[in-house]
Amino acid sequence: MPIQYYIILSLALFCIGIVGVLVRRNVIIVFMCIELMLNAVNLLLVAFSKMHHAIAVVNDKASAAGTDAQLFVFFIMVVAAAEVSVGLAIIVMMYRNTHSVDVNFLNRLKN
Amino acid sequence: MNAIIISALLGVVMMFSSILIQNRYAIRNIAVVGLLILLLGNLLNTYTVYSFDIDTHNMLRFDKFGLFFNSIAIAATLLYVILSGSDIVKVGNYPAEYFALIFFSLCGITILSSYNTLLMLFLGVEIMSIPLYILTGSDKKNLKSNEASLKYFLMGAFSTGIMLMGIALLYGASGNFNLEYNHAASNGNAYNYGILAPLGLLMIFISMAFKVSAAPFHFWTPDVYDGAPSVFTSFMATIVKAAGFIAFIKLFGIRIADLGPSSIIILPAIIIATLLVGNITAVFQQSVKRMLAYSSIAQAGFMLFALYGNNDLSAEGILLYATAYSIATIGIFAILIKMKDYTFDGYNGLAKKQPILAATNTVFLLSLAGIPLTAGFFAKYYMLASALKTYGHGALWLVIVAVLFAAVSVYYYFRVIQAMYFKEGEAETSEISSNFKAILVVLAALIILIGINPSLLLTWFYF
Repeated sequence: MPIQYYIILSLALFCIGIVGVLVRRNVIIVFMCIELMLNAVNLLLVAFSKMHHAIAVVNDKASAAGTDAQLFVFFIMVVAAAEVSVGLAIIVMMYRNTHSVDVNFLNRLKN
Repeated sequence: MNAIIISALLGVVMMFSSILIQNRYAIRNIAVVGLLILLLGNLLNTYTVYSFDIDTHNMLRFDKFGLFFNSIAIAATLLYVILSGSDIVKVGNYPAEYFALIFFSLCGITILSSYNTLLMLFLGVEIMSIPLYILTGSDKKNLKSNEASLKYFLMGAFSTGIMLMGIALLYGASGNFNLEYNHAASNGNAYNYGILAPLGLLMIFISMAFKVSAAPFHFWTPDVYDGAPSVFTSFMATIVKAAGFIAFIKLFGIRIADLGPSSIIILPAIIIATLLVGNITAVFQQSVKRMLAYSSIAQAGFMLFALYGNNDLSAEGILLYATAYSIATIGIFAILIKMKDYTFDGYNGLAKKQPILAATNTVFLLSLAGIPLTAGFFAKYYMLASALKTYGHGALWLVIVAVLFAAVSVYYYFRVIQAMYFKEGEAETSEISSNFKAILVVLAALIILIGINPSLLLTWFYF
């Protein structure tokens, strides 16, 4: 499959994520949209990794080009997991104090 | 390498010390000793050969600039912990954890000053930021702190997503994650994916602008800095912000031209927007803490000049700026934490009750405003000079705009001085030890010394 399909799919997922972060009011859903953004990046990285590998293999059968992007994907997963644990803790802390997970709560600070 | 390894280990040590040691002030003292060890380790790495030698496959590169910035950041953290340590332990029930998180954040900062691939940039930014989300929300019962923490977290994660998309697009264009754009390294093929590289760089640029709170991506800053416990705002607004700029400059010092012709317009536009928003909004604030948040945006506008100038003078300048700004802001926040009332009126008559606090606070504020004979003057001078050195008279208009905004900033900094010296009132402070005053005097002396002779600091850069 041409690489353009993957680029368009990932950019579409990424844009859904961005729009979700900007318009949804429920913190949990905002959070899911951020995860969607990160996973769109993962998909794109893997696609690019295969593309660069396929190009390199033509000249050199033993080429390892493109593997670094697949490694990057693992790092993104690990960091996303760390971020989720902190983020959910913050949401739980907020829920304990306000009994709501609505982002509109965030406007209280603006005097 | 020393600083990265030692700071990560010290973070773990601090975590375990909370099990064994109950005395809060003992924990602070352990943190001070830890920071001294960290500083020593980094100095050994900079000036001698005593350093961990680990093959990082060229993912990290330790140059003089990054190592020297590490020393500045660690020394500033040391001053911060000595000055405000007794307030850090009062924030919550688990003081050791706060110090552990500060050490982890420092670990991220030391990665950011030495990264050589985009993977390390990403990891450094995350290691630096994630502990800060927790520190911001450390006052768990306080709604403002909760809100600030959630807002900071959502903004941070969002900007990380944008940065990752940028990195992925850059990878698509070049086939590797190296800092320098290198067609030859990518299988010998010069790919031509036209828009991928500029678009990717633009996305990384936007996410870094989020991190250093440059307008128009600054909107989270005042709320987060206002809502977080004041001691941690002090850390976020100084050392972390400076580290963000170092990462920004390391990447775009090399790659800014790859943004395409638009880079000539983007940077001046962002500089002016940042100066405008920061300075003008700061004028209308009633709370000193919130004023300092906006002033930190305004100072970011000046630090962006280092990116605009992009020469050896701006490298010296950003180090000087990081030092001057960090020391002054840490001092101002340390005094702010001791005040009962955070509004301008809360400072009324401070000079009569606490003459030393008022005098040192004046020095810090003058330094932030950039009055000659303080460190802030030379910091601003280097920034503007670097822009003029690169662009000649073409940048003159931008320099004039910046100087005008610096004049605006004098207004809100002098409001605090006016309140302290010329207004009648009973400024209430919590108890102030003589040690605290002594360290404040040392900080003020440092600012004046660097202000008289900036080469005192910069000779170490070339040592």
